Amino acid sequence: MTNPWTDIKNTDLVIVMGGNAAEAHPCGFKWVTEAKAHRGAKLIVVDPRFTRTASVADYYAPIRPGSDIVFLMAAINWMIQNDKVQWEYVRNYTNAALIVKDEFGWQDGLFSGYDPEKRDYDKSSWDYVIGDDGFAAIDMTLENPRCVWNLLKDHVSRYTPELVEQVCGTPKDRFLKIVQMIGECSATDKAMTSMYALGWTQHSKGAQNIRGMAMLQLILGNIGVRGGGMNALRGHSNIQGLTDIGLMSNLIPGYLNIPTEKEADWTTYMSSRQFKPLRPGQTSYWQNYPKFMVSFMKSMWGSAATAENDWAYDWLPKLDVPAYDVLRMFELMNAGQITNYFCQGFNPILAFPNRGKVTAALSKLKLLVTMDPLETETAHFWENHGEYNDVDTASIQTEVIELPTTSFAEDDGSLVNSGRWLQWHWAAGTPPGQAQRDTWIMAQIFQRVRKLYQDEGGVLPEPILNLTWDYADPLDPTAEELAKEMNGRALADVYDLTDKTKLVAAQGKQLANFGQYRDDGSTMGGCWIFAGCWTEDGNIMARRDNSDPDDTGTYLNWSFSWPMNRRILYNRASADLEGKAWDPARKLIEWNGEKWEGYDVPDISPTAKPGDVGPFIMNQEGMSRLFTRGLMRDGPFPTHMEPFESPIPNVFNEKMVGNPVARVFVSDAEQFGTSDEFPFVATSYRLTEHFHYWTKHNRINAALQPEFFVEISPELAAEKGIAKGGTVRVWSKRGSITAKALVSRRLRPLQCGDKLVHVIGIPLHWGFMGAARKGFGPNSLTPFVGDANIETPEYKAFLVNIEPATTEAVS
Amino acid sequence: MTTDPNVDSPRTAVSNPPIQPMKANLGAGDVMRASAMPDLAPPERELTPVAKLIDVSKCIGCKACQSACAEWNDTVPEIEHNVGMYENPHDLTPDMFTLMRFTEYDNPDTGEFEWLIRKDGCMHCADPGCLKACPAPGAIVQYTNGIVDFIHDNCIGCGYCVTGCPFNIPRVSKADHKSYKCTLCSDRVAVGQGPACAKACPTQAIVFGTKEDMLTHAEARVEDLKSRGYDNAGIYDPEGVGGTHVFYVLHHADKPALYSNLPEAPRISPVVEGWKGATKTVGLAAIGLAAVGSILHGLLGRANQVSAAEEHEAEELVERSERDA
Repeated sequence: MTNPWTDIKNTDLVIVMGGNAAEAHPCGFKWVTEAKAHRGAKLIVVDPRFTRTASVADYYAPIRPGSDIVFLMAAINWMIQNDKVQWEYVRNYTNAALIVKDEFGWQDGLFSGYDPEKRDYDKSSWDYVIGDDGFAAIDMTLENPRCVWNLLKDHVSRYTPELVEQVCGTPKDRFLKIVQMIGECSATDKAMTSMYALGWTQHSKGAQNIRGMAMLQLILGNIGVRGGGMNALRGHSNIQGLTDIGLMSNLIPGYLNIPTEKEADWTTYMSSRQFKPLRPGQTSYWQNYPKFMVSFMKSMWGSAATAENDWAYDWLPKLDVPAYDVLRMFELMNAGQITNYFCQGFNPILAFPNRGKVTAALSKLKLLVTMDPLETETAHFWENHGEYNDVDTASIQTEVIELPTTSFAEDDGSLVNSGRWLQWHWAAGTPPGQAQRDTWIMAQIFQRVRKLYQDEGGVLPEPILNLTWDYADPLDPTAEELAKEMNGRALADVYDLTDKTKLVAAQGKQLANFGQYRDDGSTMGGCWIFAGCWTEDGNIMARRDNSDPDDTGTYLNWSFSWPMNRRILYNRASADLEGKAWDPARKLIEWNGEKWEGYDVPDISPTAKPGDVGPFIMNQEGMSRLFTRGLMRDGPFPTHMEPFESPIPNVFNEKMVGNPVARVFVSDAEQFGTSDEFPFVATSYRLTEHFHYWTKHNRINAALQPEFFVEISPELAAEKGIAKGGTVRVWSKRGSITAKALVSRRLRPLQCGDKLVHVIGIPLHWGFMGAARKGFGPNSLTPFVGDANIETPEYKAFLVNIEPATTEAVS
Repeated sequence: MTTDPNVDSPRTAVSNPPIQPMKANLGAGDVMRASAMPDLAPPERELTPVAKLIDVSKCIGCKACQSACAEWNDTVPEIEHNVGMYENPHDLTPDMFTLMRFTEYDNPDTGEFEWLIRKDGCMHCADPGCLKACPAPGAIVQYTNGIVDFIHDNCIGCGYCVTGCPFNIPRVSKADHKSYKCTLCSDRVAVGQGPACAKACPTQAIVFGTKEDMLTHAEARVEDLKSRGYDNAGIYDPEGVGGTHVFYVLHHADKPALYSNLPEAPRISPVVEGWKGATKTVGLAAIGLAAVGSILHGLLGRANQVSAAEEHEAEELVERSERDA
């Protein structure tokens, strides 16, 4: 989230699209209730289903799963056509005025540079014209036909209300009512907030859905302001922490990158990470990349990482592919190329797509180790549970070891919430039985592996032998020790960069913030964005002061918010060019003639003069990007792409299937279904009564929502002869499940052009372990393909068929 | 939570646990009416009337209230089947004192579809039909703060309370032949905590406090709803039962039946009203003219029960400590 949960109370309009906040985030949703009750805010819901969020909304519109980009681009088009644009913001704080290369273009649903053989774009044309001064060319009048604004205007011109009705199935009058409500928030004294979640990410073009709304928010001037923002509601209490700490195969903590094998040495790696400003005088904060990277390397290997050995760069793994995401891992496992799998806090046979493939992959392992507080389906994948897990146990040779772990309530530590707050928590109970902390388990394994390397040697033992492990008890690192390590400390006396006589951190002291990180080896820090969470003042994450001067919702003394305890990202953009708040009633920070001050930690150098330095300091332009250059694989603007399994062809190019640059493994391509065989669109989701596959182990949650069901419209029920509460069979190209039928008018067939599209809703909380009745998850049916940029699987739009089950389940 | 020793009931359910507990109340001296005990001594004092307000327009149907209710009351609702609806369990049960009820409604006036979600449970009527119908002395009591509570030691499981209830709330257990319903968390309220459901409610659709404060809050909510086009928004606090200590804000207060058949004008059945004389006789006969003293003991003595499971656990604990020693 750009803004914290508490800030949602400051909004005038909430749009929930690509999420279901009341259902999946009921506790955070209280802030929507606050905004409605105390500000008179309105709530819009756009969703294929009339959800629990819709039940308390002021306005609802249906949409066909996987067509969001059409809706969003049409909304941008409507704003431009109707002059609902925060012009000063767009002109100065976005890259609207920058000039794009002549070679860039769009045709038939594709951008310039497409190579169908490689399923990839040559992105060289997706960039600015760079002038002789080394800076991006600009036309502040926005008259140049090649400026971003005019290219955007042209790009979105084809997305009309009529196209929305045709492709999304959203009635035109509903679309128009919604864009009118949104358009009001282009005024400087109105703000809209976007709350989204996996309804946008779990598509083969998920990242572009989010881009679409971010662009709309920029055009309205709603980024960086109180009550505005792009607010990703994270699906687990610490999934924000997972991404921050870089638990992805291609990341290092703090959104740094694992090198690729093309970056064989440090110089090459750093050469593409210069981040030279693209406009004069801009901050381009990533220029500090070496400080963060060297400090990370020092946290890994301490004194063994030196300037002479390029900070032990050779010991970092080098990727031979863009990422070893879960889809690739299971593809390799299924191909017999991965034989051991440590499965920590995951339940892949219910969570990953195409369960048949996942089960086949697990069956080929030699060793599966699960670390989990619960007995997961994955740990029991080899057990036959009748139709719910119909495996031939005798033929599975995988050795399975279950290591019981503590749960979050049995451990000290911090969780990073959606609003980037690192909140410390204390154990509320003692763990049952033999359960151990994950860190304890990993320390035991590490010490034993290290001993093997010491005793027996091996290929490249150095990274293991030299790994910093200076915990008081090497077999049991504590949460406090790990938190301090992530924060970083001075390894030598650290001096001010401009005044070399001024000591900022003495040797051995915790660093106060990442401004004290150095690239000369004098500092270490495991995760630069967390710097400030545990300083010489102690555990900042444990702060519980809920004072909030003038009710701004920033709560600066409650826990710690990365980065720098900043609560609202890009908050410099809440003020105009002179540094005055656009809306005095919504003041966040202002320029007082000498420096920035206010209710939040300024997201800009405190003395950077307004007008000189742009508010988007992480970008080389100092501006936000309506046009993303080559940073996304599937286009610098979002363009409509159908799901890989779609009931209708792409309106711009009927030959284009799915996302033209998404990675598809050969065997999976054969397992995509078509609408002839599978005429209905399915989408998956959570219910409030449950959390993933955990709470079905709890008797009370199980009683509140006991049994797997699918939701269908009365029209589809009538067409197929399905009765309320009857048992149905739902199948896709990849699998078949049975479920109870919940027939509801909350699902309505969508008229998309001349095609009537029925949507089937499939919640995801059932399996064959735990207290609830045995059932299935949608992953038995979903396709094995992910987003082109980040590989999040396409769970939200796929094709199925449905019929009444021939044998009614015994009840 | 209140920490003011002069305040006789909690004023909210949302606060964190108390620093200074409120002096326990809701004892025998706070009972203003008891079933089949027409000659009950007057209460020793008058507590401030309390109320739980359920704002249907803020409710997201998350069932946190159901969960908190089962947790607090230590009930074990059955894991049923899905029969094609969101209500689970499918009805109130002796183990589920509150239930979210879901109604799909096509509003003919606006053309909009609505999903109306109402938390069902005991309304704690000022004029409680259950208490009037109950023939067992002291099985149902009403405290001066308005809470209507079942005293299970005195309950004979006859089910008359079900007949007497205009809202069809009590459920008689087949296991112990006692009648169960929401207590308005009288055991929490007595020590300064608001009801468990209100504390768990993430959107504060359920709020708790004095009846007066709750009415003021409800009026402000009705104003907000009217500003959003719900012209018939209003408060449901039915006069036919003398008003209730659990009451609703409804978007369509003119049509309460839309909300899973919430009665338009609830009142105690005339048959029950006519029982009054007979009740005493039936009741006293049923319990064999038990002494009033033992009935009052029933009021106060229910916390002292130990279940067989607890007994077993305790024995195990003793054995283990002996073994370890």
